[in-house]
Amino acid sequence: MRLKPIKTFVLTLAFSLFCSFNSFAEEKYTANECFEKLSRGTLKFNMALDNAIFKPIAKGYRALPVPIRKGSSNFVGNLRSLLTFSNNILQGDFRGATNTASRFVVNTTVGILGIFDPATKMGFEKKSREDFGQTLGVWGAETGCYFVLPILGPTTARDAVGMIGNVFVDPVYQVTHNTETDMVIGNDNLQEHNYFYYKGADAVDFRSKNIESIESLQNNSIDFYASVKSLYLQNRAQKISNAPIADKDQDDSDWEEIDNQ
Amino acid sequence: MKRIFISFLLILIISFYQNIKAFGYSSSPEKFISEIIDEAKLILNSQDSKETKAEKLSVIAIKTVDVKGIGYYTLGKKRKEITEDEMDKYNKVFESYFLKSFTSRLTDYSDPKITVLSAEKINEKYTIVKSMLVKTDKKPEVKIDWRVYTKNPENPLIRDLIIEGLSLARTQKEEFSSILSSNNNDINALFTKLEEFIKK
Repeated sequence: MRLKPIKTFVLTLAFSLFCSFNSFAEEKYTANECFEKLSRGTLKFNMALDNAIFKPIAKGYRALPVPIRKGSSNFVGNLRSLLTFSNNILQGDFRGATNTASRFVVNTTVGILGIFDPATKMGFEKKSREDFGQTLGVWGAETGCYFVLPILGPTTARDAVGMIGNVFVDPVYQVTHNTETDMVIGNDNLQEHNYFYYKGADAVDFRSKNIESIESLQNNSIDFYASVKSLYLQNRAQKISNAPIADKDQDDSDWEEIDNQ
Repeated sequence: MKRIFISFLLILIISFYQNIKAFGYSSSPEKFISEIIDEAKLILNSQDSKETKAEKLSVIAIKTVDVKGIGYYTLGKKRKEITEDEMDKYNKVFESYFLKSFTSRLTDYSDPKITVLSAEKINEKYTIVKSMLVKTDKKPEVKIDWRVYTKNPENPLIRDLIIEGLSLARTQKEEFSSILSSNNNDINALFTKLEEFIKK
């Protein structure tokens, strides 16, 4: 009985995603709402939770000495690059995959488990992260409707499916959740909870780097929900096309009309 | 007497030229942005109060940003549906809103280090000037692209700021659209929201 709403939700997501599969689709900067009222409420809940828990943790983290913060950020980023590598391959971006793999090998060895980043100095450029939601976008899946998840934040039908997909293509998840490997190797570092520590550390690192920008957005928005939605969709669109919005031949019809007035 | 007169004339000419330089901006988009950044840095690094800094930054914004154009863009299709009086009111309210929002974002920064990197002409009307806000111990580096309207090459104007690939004009437009659509497309609801923000 309890599973029914979850099942309906997952089916609705999957259905809306696969109905929108279109290999010729162009990435959009807008998306319809799935359930706006609920999403607005969820965003408020997330912001309250952020104020009470995540922001103070991020501020505490920021008080740590720079080398410690930089080292932990590099370490987590190095682990996260494995998910980028899987998605580079799935997107057919073999040049990107070679760069990601080279960075991982160099930083894990010379850079002592990824704490340092000698790869950048050696010419392996740090590129943007990839995830399975982006891969679905590259494959031609349309955005689907937009909504806000508790704790996890803004997403779309496609990106929500992508989050589930990440689990299957993330080597860190696979290693930490593969109990057989754990038993064979007998290594505590490979236990499941370490995956969640890693994800948590990644989130704290992100939040600590964005304390002022999120505050500024809150203070300068007349509709914070709409701002977050717009920024999220723009960010996803540029990540999928691997080009900034300014470089794209964006829809400038409104500007054109103003120019001709 | 003649010498004194010539010296006086020279001083006048030089000071007039310097005044022109102080109020005018370069027509090259890259230099134009560099000059604005330098001017803004002086203000932000000064000992002035936040209010005085905001006033001075507003003066720069009025001269270098196409506030009216951004206002029209932000209003989207709705601008075709409203009366002339409503449009006049919108222009006034939008300018106050824009300047407050623009300056309050900037006054959060003290001693910003922004480096202009390059400029790319994307068509006859627009040049994108690429710059970088240098990272500090607390904040990562931030790419800032300036969308400069160059239809009149002698008088470039900023039409958008694209921060890490995210357009501020587009974000603002979607905010306005959201307010209108959740209030039966009533322009007065937008005025109320903007006025509340200005008074904040």
